This record gives sequence, structure tokens and C-alpha cells, in this order.
Amino acid sequence: MSGIRVLVGTHKGAFVLTSDGTRKKWNVSGPHFGGLEIYHLKGSPVDPNRIFASQASDWFGQVVHRSDDGGKTWQTVGNEFKYDGDPGTHRWYDDTPHPWEFKRVWHFEPSMSDPDTVYAGVEDAGLFRSSDGGGTWQEIAGLRRHASGPNWAPGAGGLCLHTILLDPKNPERIFIAISAAGVFRTDDGGKTWQPINRGLRSDFMPDPVAEVGHCVHRIAMHRSRPDVLFMQKHWDVMRSDNSGESWQEVSGNLPTDFGFVIDVHAHEPETIYVVPIKSDSEHFPPEGKLRVYRSRTGGNDWEALTKGLPQRDCFVNVLRDAMAVDSLDPCGVYFGTTGGQVYASATAGDSWAPIVRDLPAVLSVEVQTLS
Amino acid sequence: MIRVILPYHLRNLAGVGKEVSVDVDKPVTQRSVLDALEIGYPMLRGTIRDHATKLRRPMLRFFACGEDLSHEPPDSLLPVEVASGREPFLIVGAIAGG
Repeated sequence: MSGIRVLVGTHKGAFVLTSDGTRKKWNVSGPHFGGLEIYHLKGSPVDPNRIFASQASDWFGQVVHRSDDGGKTWQTVGNEFKYDGDPGTHRWYDDTPHPWEFKRVWHFEPSMSDPDTVYAGVEDAGLFRSSDGGGTWQEIAGLRRHASGPNWAPGAGGLCLHTILLDPKNPERIFIAISAAGVFRTDDGGKTWQPINRGLRSDFMPDPVAEVGHCVHRIAMHRSRPDVLFMQKHWDVMRSDNSGESWQEVSGNLPTDFGFVIDVHAHEPETIYVVPIKSDSEHFPPEGKLRVYRSRTGGNDWEALTKGLPQRDCFVNVLRDAMAVDSLDPCGVYFGTTGGQVYASATAGDSWAPIVRDLPAVLSVEVQTLS
Repeated sequence: MIRVILPYHLRNLAGVGKEVSVDVDKPVTQRSVLDALEIGYPMLRGTIRDHATKLRRPMLRFFACGEDLSHEPPDSLLPVEVASGREPFLIVGAIAGG
């Protein structure tokens, strides 16, 4: 019998939600690390019982926790993220140079082949890797040393590297996204990187089509087709059919193309999900209606999914790492809100129900499908 | 033995009670106490002071004997009462946040 484990990072702790494959009855475990901000948790695809959790606070800095028993118990592992060499400066909000300073881990991406290898995307934007289960961390410095690095500037949430996509067909290829620099790709295991933002347009920049500087909120791929990428940008939903070499807008009939999350159906590579948010000034759903939008055509044609979701007086946000899918059939889709709800659909989005309603503000949601 | 009182979240992280005792070689300073604390409880490394700079995290304070010692140089001698174990060295989290 298969099972589902949903890993939820919140403003005040981590929660582990479990169910059998029917996805009807849920057990809620937590809070783990109660009272502390847990930005992200993610399990190893090789060893699902190995889970990494990022705890970050203004009081105590970064702490990394690892579980080897599926989230029942935790141990601390290495928390020193030291930039390689003299890190220099990047641009600050007011365009002045600002020293590169580590603040927190936004996202862990465990290796698809080795349970001891995990990548960490951090603020100020950098990519780190551990090859010893999180004991020690080494920067993949070629990214930050890209010629554009000194010109990267933070988005409202900080200069964060928030998305890491490992290419399942090419272990030398990694995609990452930084707010507000854009998407970068390496084809040589991290030694060199190139910005892949052609086709993006950001009117907040002096040159709206500049190679670097775009506030990319999230990118996603289907593992069967890693050359096709989907993006929720600050404004605009985009897709690329050539590994990011160029992008086309696929916002189509969305009520607004601002938002944070985007994800892909587990079995249908052209079925994608977003949660439209009213604007960059008003981070809540338009009209107070919480709607997931699904496209079965890889964008442009979108349908509102509302069954089971609040359709009045709802003013929550869904943050960039707070949507995930399981790999059961039908595909399960999950997302968490800043209002503390975690919604699940066991019908690929046709209908929804809350697993929990009253958690602290949800920062991240990841899903493990267990055999 | 030097007595150290930890804030709530660091007690949980270290798996200890409110107060711990650590052996500290003389001279007894903020630096030597924190060095000893981090040797005894390695999970606290990086949580009280920055890994690289060894500077106190700005939202923590160091108190002892009714005084705020947060801005004392890290190699200044701590009060005799702390060095003798009569009084604890307090690591206190700022009352801030939501």
C-alpha cells in the first residue's frame, strides 16, 4: 500500500502530514522545532526517510536538521555556509554595493542518485553542496562568480536562490533561479553558468529585456521532459521548450499573471498549475477567491479550479515553495497558504479539501510518495 | 566550572535544561566560555556567534551579575563571581518578533 508524506515548513515550526494512498485521512505530526521559522524541508528521492530541514532565525542564525527516519527524530548537521574566497559585493536596493552575506537556506534539493549529496540554495544568492549528508557545505562558486554577479540585486524577499532543478537525464546540468537575477544553467556540473532569460520582460528594470535582473519566482519541469521549463515570474507565466534558451509567455486567460508557485502534473507533462495573486502590491487572490488555475495545454488556456476552496473573503498568499504534487494516479496536488491551511486534491485539482486549517503561515510544502 | 544559562530554543537544540556547566581554562572571558560551550555542545556552533567573525549575533545579549556585558570586548575578563561559579553567565534572546 502506498503512502503520502507532506512536509510543511511554517513561520513557527515544521509539520509532517501523513496518509495512506487513499489520501482521505491524515495524521498531523508537529510542530517540530516549535516557534522557529522552518523555510524548507525536502526528502531524498534515494532514501525517502532522509529529510533535510532549514531552520533560520534572526536570533540564532541558520541551523540544518536531518532526519533519517522520515521525520520522527532529528539531528543537527553542519550549518556553516562560507562563500568561496573573498565574496565581494552585489547591488543593494538603492543600487549601492553591498557585501555578500549569508543569511539563510531557502531550499534544499537532495541528489537523485546519492542520499549523502544535497544542494542548498541560499540568501545572499549562492549554491552550496554537501557530499556528506549535510555535515559540511562547499560553495559551487562558479555561479556567484558569473560576470553579472556584482550586479545582482535583491527582490522584496531578499537576494535568494530559491529554486534548484536537477536534470534527471543529464547529471551535469542544473537549473537555478534567483530573485531578482533570473534563471541560470550549468552544463558542466557547476563549473560555469549562463543566464537563460531571453524572452523575459520586466518593466521594473531600466532595460526591461536585460539578460539579468528578472524577478523569477519559481521554475518547474516534468522529469520525463527536462528540456521544457515552466516559470512563474513576478508578472507573467512563461515556458521554454529549449532548456531555457528562450521563453514565451503563456499567461493566456489567467485573471492575473502575478503569483509565486508553479508546478507540473506528475503524469501529464503539459498539465501545469498556478495560483494567481492579485498584484505585486496586493499579495492575495483576486476578488477574495482562492483559485488554482490548471492548463492542460502547457499554458495559454487555463481553467479555474474552485471546488472545495474558499470563494469569498479569502486573502491569503501562496508562497513560491508552497506547492507540490505526488506521483499517485490520479495525481495529488498540494499547496499551503500564509493563513495556515494546507489544501490537497487527490483528483489532480478537480476538487480540494484542507488537510489542516490552522497552522502558522506556510512557507513551503513538499510531498513524498512512499511505496 | 562555569555556569551558563541558555535561551529556550538553544536549550532545545542542545537537549539540555536551562543551565549547563562547562570547564573553562583561565582566563575566563566571553570567548573562552563560548569556546568551551561550543566544544561541549557542537550543535550550538554558529547560533550564538557568527561562524567566521565570532561576533555575537545581534539579537542575543550576554548578562552577568546584573550587568549587560554584550558590548564588552570578547577577551575581557568576566566577573570573579562568574569565574568562580557563584553566578551564571546568561545568554539572552532579544524580546522581539511576532
